[in-house]
Amino acid sequence: MATQVTTAGQVVSTEQFAYPKGIWSWLTTVDHKRIGVLYLFTSLTFFLIGGIEALLIRLQLASPNNSFVSADTYNQLFTMHGTTMIFLAVMPLSAAFFNLLVPLMIGARDVAFPRLNAFSYWVFLFGAILINLGWLHGSAPDAGWFAYANLTSSQYSAGQGVDYWVVGVQVLGLSSLASAFNFLVTIINMRAPGMTMMRMPVFIWMTLIVAVLIVMAFPALTVGVTLLMFDRWFDTLFFVPEANGQPLLWQHLFWVFGHPEVYILILPAMGIVSEVLPTFSKKPLFGYTAVVFAGVGIAALGFSVWAHHMFTVGMGPVPNSVFSIATMLIALPTGIKIFNWIGTMWGGDLKFSTPMLMSIGFVSMFIIGGLSGVMHASPPVDSQQQDSYFVVAHFHYVLFGGSIFGLFAGIYYWWPKFFGRLLNEGLGKAQFWLMLIGFNATFFPMHWLGVIGMPRRIYTYEEGLNWDFWNLFTTIGAFVIALAITVFLINAISSFRKEKGAPDDPWDGATLEWATSSPPAPYNFEKVPVVNSNIPLWVEKYPEVYGHEPDFRDMAAPPAEEQETVEHGIEDHHHDDHIHMPNASYWPLVVALGLLLGFAGFIFTFVLTFIGAAVLFVGVYGWALEPAFGEPDHIY
Amino acid sequence: MAANQGTASPPIQQNIIEHPTSTGLDSRKLAMWCFLASDCMFFGSLITAYLVSHNRAAVPPYPQGFFDIPFTSVSAFVLLMSSVAMVLALSGIQKGNMRRFRIWIVSTGLLGLIFLGGQIYEFTEFHHEGLGLDTNLFGSSFYTLTGFHGAHVTVGVIWLFSLFFASFRAPLVTKEKALNVEIAGLYWHFVDIVWIIIFAVVYLIQAG
Repeated sequence: MATQVTTAGQVVSTEQFAYPKGIWSWLTTVDHKRIGVLYLFTSLTFFLIGGIEALLIRLQLASPNNSFVSADTYNQLFTMHGTTMIFLAVMPLSAAFFNLLVPLMIGARDVAFPRLNAFSYWVFLFGAILINLGWLHGSAPDAGWFAYANLTSSQYSAGQGVDYWVVGVQVLGLSSLASAFNFLVTIINMRAPGMTMMRMPVFIWMTLIVAVLIVMAFPALTVGVTLLMFDRWFDTLFFVPEANGQPLLWQHLFWVFGHPEVYILILPAMGIVSEVLPTFSKKPLFGYTAVVFAGVGIAALGFSVWAHHMFTVGMGPVPNSVFSIATMLIALPTGIKIFNWIGTMWGGDLKFSTPMLMSIGFVSMFIIGGLSGVMHASPPVDSQQQDSYFVVAHFHYVLFGGSIFGLFAGIYYWWPKFFGRLLNEGLGKAQFWLMLIGFNATFFPMHWLGVIGMPRRIYTYEEGLNWDFWNLFTTIGAFVIALAITVFLINAISSFRKEKGAPDDPWDGATLEWATSSPPAPYNFEKVPVVNSNIPLWVEKYPEVYGHEPDFRDMAAPPAEEQETVEHGIEDHHHDDHIHMPNASYWPLVVALGLLLGFAGFIFTFVLTFIGAAVLFVGVYGWALEPAFGEPDHIY
Repeated sequence: MAANQGTASPPIQQNIIEHPTSTGLDSRKLAMWCFLASDCMFFGSLITAYLVSHNRAAVPPYPQGFFDIPFTSVSAFVLLMSSVAMVLALSGIQKGNMRRFRIWIVSTGLLGLIFLGGQIYEFTEFHHEGLGLDTNLFGSSFYTLTGFHGAHVTVGVIWLFSLFFASFRAPLVTKEKALNVEIAGLYWHFVDIVWIIIFAVVYLIQAG
């Protein structure tokens, strides 16, 4: 559609808003959809890297006394596998969906701070590169993803491996914080007229909650890592036992961040599933309010359970009991959500497309992971399971069985919206079944291995401990997962060889993003929609079922020749006719580069830090003085 | 939050190309509040690290009786007064009185600089008395906590002087854009409040 008719009747060219082309346009883009695409492909790349690390781990453990990799390399592999999957795959994959969907779902043209959004992406990319630089140097981080003090002190980690982790995590934290401020403000402040809080899609609610969690939890990590940096570079004594320093302080600071982080990883997937299940059940979400408040409850409780990661460090019976009870309480809101998802499907007109299968996979696998979580909420049980493969099984059931299945549901569901092409259903179903079988074959036996005593993080084991068979089985399972991911890659790549032509609303969705074209125009909505319900499109499409209220479009008589989903007809109360889109800008890239140099200086040479600070300084002023929007920003 | 479809949104200020927001609050102001919430957790964690560390010094100097309370009281007073100046600067720009704005914004920045000077003097003194970053846990946690606060003040001072100089270029800092000053003010007051807490926790309670 090159031209569109506005309410006022004049024909405006949409050519002026066509997506610009070329590398430079991607480096300077502030469009939330493009930034979302960048997040999506970067995080999928790191998902593959983290997956390869996992396969190497499994090859080493396939048989007893194996010497496929050295103990040292093994340490680097499991550290980087955890770090990569958490910070470089699942979090940014969720961020990809925040970027792609939040403005569309709330009926906005972009996020509140488009340049800050670009900045978040570049900082994420640079942090990801920094943390992986260790591989080139031959010493990747090797102290585990939670980098326990004082294993990370200069005394026990003299090499540069931990430096890469410290600096990389610090930079990634800044990226997460910047993006959280942005989405918090966007969701609170940029909603379309009529979209009250309780009319927001559940995915938006979960995004809001995750943003709050990031804002409140990441500073603890920032402080913890800062103290560690100071210990390593400036000889402070925070975690040095000989000087009365307390390694336990690290554990508290880390898990005050680390447990909310678990919900930062799972809530976006819960949001996705809460969008997918209703669509493929042809029923609105069962108990919308309960699902929303259960999410809020999980987040609130999430701040009072961190020490359940530390039951075995000797905090004493009172703290152990308090944290144990708080942890068990989390089962309540989580259970509410699960019952609501089942209630959504109950009696629905179910259609088992790939997004639906992935979502059902999410719910069922997450139940298993949730149940084992309740088991080690009990300190005596936890003392048996701590640091064993049982724990590895548990968190993979929530992070892979939960987050990854949920995120794949989202990928299959929204792929046509952003790329204009549907993914192949046959390949999608093949991927789902392979992934479900491979996932369970890999991780279910780990429960058993843990219970019969196999500790985590050992690079090899002796024969005759009864661990051989299930380790081999698990390794085979891991390769089945790899096969499933290969099927996904084939599916994704071959989708780009097809002509664009996905319908605007292929799944008969209920939320605003399906009212835009596929892919959406840079400005998303020609007219800002007006919303009267939390299922605005269904109210419009099925007035006989969902009431007779005129819905999010005020229906100012669309021309007959226009297709159903044309983007106009809304009473234009206070918006003027111009669409103001933010300017492309290279300043976010410059500021991010300054941060990269500044932090890289801690590893290489402090000269770099000063150069970085100078670049940062120039970048911040360039950013502040540059007008954000298209027209000259003058008053007088 | 009722449907804001029918309710009157705040009129769009002429030539400011912002869409009306759902809450009526400016997005940048809201973002600053979110940042301050986050910074609360940042300083909360740092203060906690100080509280659990400072009394575990393995070698002297120990925190008891170490501080020069009258000196730091004066610099704390200076920082508090800078908040008053900040309020006056904001009121100046909101009334379009550029002269008042400039006088008070510079005063705020200068008071901030005096505070920083006091901190540098204090750090130097403590260093002469044998307290370094790597001397003991008291030194490590004291310098880290107060140093990060000082870094916040430094950023604030740069920001205040930037506003001062920007006010000579008409479009940047004007009556209509008083919000730019108000947001800097939020940050500045926050940094002051944090100092009240640090002053009480680190200096006064220790002295008692």
